[in-house]
Amino acid sequence: MLRYLAKRVLFMIPLFFGITVICFSVMHLAPGSPTDLQTEMNPRVTAEMKERLRAMYDLDKPLHVQYGKWLGRLLVLDLGVSFSPDARPVSAKILERLPITVFLNVLSMVLIFLIAIPIGVLSAVRQGSTFDRVMSVFVFVGFAIPTFWLALLLMILFGIDLDWLPISGLRSLNYEYLPPAEALWDLLKHLILPVTIAAFGGLAGLSRYMRSNMLEVIRQDYITTARAKGLPERTVIYKHALRNAMLPVITLLGLSVPGLIGGSVIFETIFSIPGMGQLFYMAVMARDYPVVMGILVIGAVLTLLGNLLADLSYAVADPRIRIS
Amino acid sequence: MKTDFWNRFSRNQLAVAGCAIVVLLFVVSLLAPWISPFDPTEIDLKNILQPPSSRHWFGTDQLGRDVMSRMIWGAQISLKVGFVSTGIAILIGTILGSLAGYYGRWVDALIMRFVDIMLCFPTFFLILAVIAFLEPSIWNIMIIIGATGWMGITRLVRADFISLKERDFVQAARVIGASDARIIFIHVLPNCMASVLVAATLGVAGAILTESALSFLGIGVQPPTPSWGNILTAGKDNIDIAWWLSLYPGLAILITVLGYNMLGEGIRDSLDPRLRS
Repeated sequence: MLRYLAKRVLFMIPLFFGITVICFSVMHLAPGSPTDLQTEMNPRVTAEMKERLRAMYDLDKPLHVQYGKWLGRLLVLDLGVSFSPDARPVSAKILERLPITVFLNVLSMVLIFLIAIPIGVLSAVRQGSTFDRVMSVFVFVGFAIPTFWLALLLMILFGIDLDWLPISGLRSLNYEYLPPAEALWDLLKHLILPVTIAAFGGLAGLSRYMRSNMLEVIRQDYITTARAKGLPERTVIYKHALRNAMLPVITLLGLSVPGLIGGSVIFETIFSIPGMGQLFYMAVMARDYPVVMGILVIGAVLTLLGNLLADLSYAVADPRIRIS
Repeated sequence: MKTDFWNRFSRNQLAVAGCAIVVLLFVVSLLAPWISPFDPTEIDLKNILQPPSSRHWFGTDQLGRDVMSRMIWGAQISLKVGFVSTGIAILIGTILGSLAGYYGRWVDALIMRFVDIMLCFPTFFLILAVIAFLEPSIWNIMIIIGATGWMGITRLVRADFISLKERDFVQAARVIGASDARIIFIHVLPNCMASVLVAATLGVAGAILTESALSFLGIGVQPPTPSWGNILTAGKDNIDIAWWLSLYPGLAILITVLGYNMLGEGIRDSLDPRLRS
């Protein structure tokens, strides 16, 4: 196991350098130098800020020197200072918002698994039934529906017409004066719509994946053996088949990280949730380059860690992976 | 083989329905100048935010523009974005996939590591970051969506090349002295086109979704050019008074994406019934 872990971590190192090279080239996509041409379009950028950016990226030096210095600072998490009037360090701005985004994504991931796995299993067990057919229509529509549109519709229905749920932020204005139980309820009410929307995108994919895995496993010889020795159908499905069909799902956990993080830009912006996605959106709109670069790197590194975590948990769950 | 394909395709109801939706969209976008009841950019301040009526079937927006006309012209935009960006993705994906699959060894290792690196980025983050450094114009959007969406096609083409290059007909071509370029383009690549076609159809759907999300966030197609996504922005701004601004454009996106997905899956099932999931 330790060897496997070491191998996987070593494999991550070239990927990490690749990520930084791409981020670094994105910055140089801007016509001319990223400091003059583009900052001129941003009225908020002062001459002093331009100087600071110039110094930070050493734009007067050759490209490889620029990259080397930038990478050196990146490794000690020095991401520079934001262009916005508060002029705070980028790493601090990201760190205070990261927990909200991670919390919401973990919550929606749990929701996806709780709903999609039973749907996939039932569809496979009752292949061709009405339930299976209704669910495959749902999956098909689920793939095609723009989540931000679904968010708008749910906001109109539950937020405005029925007035059951709040449609922006994570807390009510009087949050601080509420007793703990009511404050928790207030937070939950604010979470329902954003988490539903964040989960929706993954729901269709996972239930379809689960269904095809399950169908494949049910056809295996050991399932026939289990049936032949007279085990009840329940035990065959939920003990023998489900466990094996669940294995590949673990990797999906890691693979869905980039989709979820990317999606957080949309739902955090729509629901005004102060997370990393909203910060990223605001930074893009304000051309706050240090923040954009910082979040781009962090998003990719989070994905890298998600993949590592998925591979490791797969190796823990399935001994065949560790050996080969 | 070809008649087999058409037989299966025409018997697949989903595929035919998808095909009908796609054809209808083409017709609507081509005929936009003639069938749209109003000028999509004509401002009418006396009739702002009117609900659907016999004059304005889908209502009017915050500047009094006819929503139905804007949606008809918007169809043209999403078609353009879908096809151009998918074209770019296919071009990059096929070239890199062919090289990796045909030459193997370090070429393969290099290209596939590049694919792995690109897959580490949340695509939407990468697109937004690039837009922050460029100007959000329809051409930039198409290029960026294409340039961030080729990894899946690369993997497909590479896998096809690896299994095809050992086949007898490729060996035969090599024996009679065909150049690498000739083998890649004339002998192997045409055999990969089936899986590329399926990926491309599904890719168009994905590109249309991405464009609408970008335009919705205000960093895609810029007003006054109409796009389904930027009509929805107006829908969000007027969410408590004008439901029609939110409902219809989203429905158009949903049906379009559904159409391309049905068509893509239909083509896949008809090309090779064994792939049916």
